Amino acid sequence: MSQNLLEVHNIKKYFPIKKKLFSKKKEFIKAVDGISFTVKKGETLSIVGESGCGKSTTGRVLMKLLEATEGKIVFEGNDITGLSDDEIRPLRKEFQMVFQDPYASLNPRLTVKEIIEEPLIVHNIDKAKRADRVVELLEVVGLNKYHANRYPHEFSGGQRQRIGIARALAVNPKLIIADEPVSALDVSIQSQILNLLKDLQEKYDLTYIFIAHDLSVVEHISDRVAVMYLGRLVELTTRDELFATPLHPYTKALLSAVPVPDPTVKRNRIILKGDIPSPAAPPSGCTFHTRCPFAQDRCREQIPEFREIEKEHFVACHFAEELGS
Amino acid sequence: MVELKLTKKEAYMQQSMENIKSNTPFSEFWRKFKKQKLAFVSFFFILFLIALAIVGPFIVPYDIAEPDYNNVLTGPTAEHWAGTDAYGRDIFSRIVAGTQISLYVGLTSVFLGALGGTFFGLIAGYYGKKVDAIIMRGCDVLLAFPGILLAIGIIAILGPGLGNVIIAVAIFSVPVFARIVRSSTLAVKSTLYVEATKSIGAVPRRIIWKHIFPGTLSSIIVYFTMRIGSAILTAASLSFLGLGAQPPSPEWGAMLSGGRDYLNIAPHVTIFPGLAIFITVLAFNLLGDGLRDALDPKIKD
Repeated sequence: MSQNLLEVHNIKKYFPIKKKLFSKKKEFIKAVDGISFTVKKGETLSIVGESGCGKSTTGRVLMKLLEATEGKIVFEGNDITGLSDDEIRPLRKEFQMVFQDPYASLNPRLTVKEIIEEPLIVHNIDKAKRADRVVELLEVVGLNKYHANRYPHEFSGGQRQRIGIARALAVNPKLIIADEPVSALDVSIQSQILNLLKDLQEKYDLTYIFIAHDLSVVEHISDRVAVMYLGRLVELTTRDELFATPLHPYTKALLSAVPVPDPTVKRNRIILKGDIPSPAAPPSGCTFHTRCPFAQDRCREQIPEFREIEKEHFVACHFAEELGS
Repeated sequence: MVELKLTKKEAYMQQSMENIKSNTPFSEFWRKFKKQKLAFVSFFFILFLIALAIVGPFIVPYDIAEPDYNNVLTGPTAEHWAGTDAYGRDIFSRIVAGTQISLYVGLTSVFLGALGGTFFGLIAGYYGKKVDAIIMRGCDVLLAFPGILLAIGIIAILGPGLGNVIIAVAIFSVPVFARIVRSSTLAVKSTLYVEATKSIGAVPRRIIWKHIFPGTLSSIIVYFTMRIGSAILTAASLSFLGLGAQPPSPEWGAMLSGGRDYLNIAPHVTIFPGLAIFITVLAFNLLGDGLRDALDPKIKD
């Protein structure tokens, strides 16, 4: 088995809610509430979940854009959790991020050349090499050198996302965290960007953490998939395993909601009742018990352990064995 | 090599883009600005004033300091377009010569104020927390004084004179700019592209200078222009009160003050310098308004 590029141990991210006057009790939004996983070199790990489940926060914590409240992040064997901004800066060229919104993630006042060149300047690459590298990167992502002197507003969403990818690639990172890189794009463009990401992975031996809410996108690109619900991982396994035999009831519900492009197929949809509970006051025990069709008393009291039921198949559910069969 | 798959549309765009000249943000701004008729006129008027400030003292028809006791307090005539003052000096020549002083005071004081205010605003907005609290409470204290009173106070400490007027106006411009810049900084700081730059590993100085400062520049320019008007007004007021430029300097406020005693018999002595102040301040304000409309990204045509 290949080595682990990234290990995440029980990270938590709590955001304090504004305290009310005179009230001493501090309350927190538990955006990420103790998740652990490992990412192997060269693989694509997807993190899926509905809006507000903490998947983007997880990405930002891994990028060290947010400081984890608790837990440990180990990158290539080095613990990077406690490092200050100055200490982490030189390491940043090892992991880069592609953002969700290609319209907001590029500075409208800079030309494409300046945008792509920026990481090179930040990491002290020679001026002479920079110009060549920019042209090279533009071509790698399917643009050309004539685009270098234009401004982001002159590009379509798909082209902008290509620019964002070129920027992330500039310093030859090992890990790219892609935070919903295609969800802001037209469906027709999505597949182009996904194929580009796949090609780049092969070419440069990249490792991806792919954050998404669209399961069909995830199915296309991932090696392994982690499903998140309310700040916790509920299931983590290989893609084929997850799509074939999901064990957690939440995963089952998610998969049953994926549209099937065949009107004659009668689908057996699992409709979840209710809304996602507030992460400020998550339900006791298993956080999913309020919406779980199989919930029992035990689920309300006891937090299920995130355990390896089969090889490479982790689930956080008390009744995974029974539900699986 | 990675397979490049471009749609027909993208390929077409690529082709056409090679030929079309790029729209820089400046050309975009200029196109919008030209539509603001009043501001556009004001802009050229101000350019004219600046030209006048440079060459004015050399082209005026009369000596601005030489008294002429044969023509005291005469009204506007063909020889003296704006009449003469109590010493027989040509008022039109003095106004033209005074342009230099007013513009110099207005521009330098606001420039110094903007420089300080922008610095504090960027620091306060970017670092937040304690730094922000200390800087902004300091600004609140300064803003609690009425502007002219603060200026009088500062001049009381430093002593009267044009140089000190500049310092006084600059000091009370600092908190105004600090506030404006801080609020734009907060807005720009929360954008995704600043976060993206952070994730690249850029140092704060680079983020502030390359990404946040350009984002605040449009509001700085607008306020800069607007503040020049009020700085000229304040400088004139201080001179009128005898705290700024001293006679016989042809400063417009000092000229107003000099004409005050003859308001009944020779109103032109005050009217013309007053008009000069009025039109100049108005031009700067209109230009500021126009710039705001042209620079505001929310107003799309």
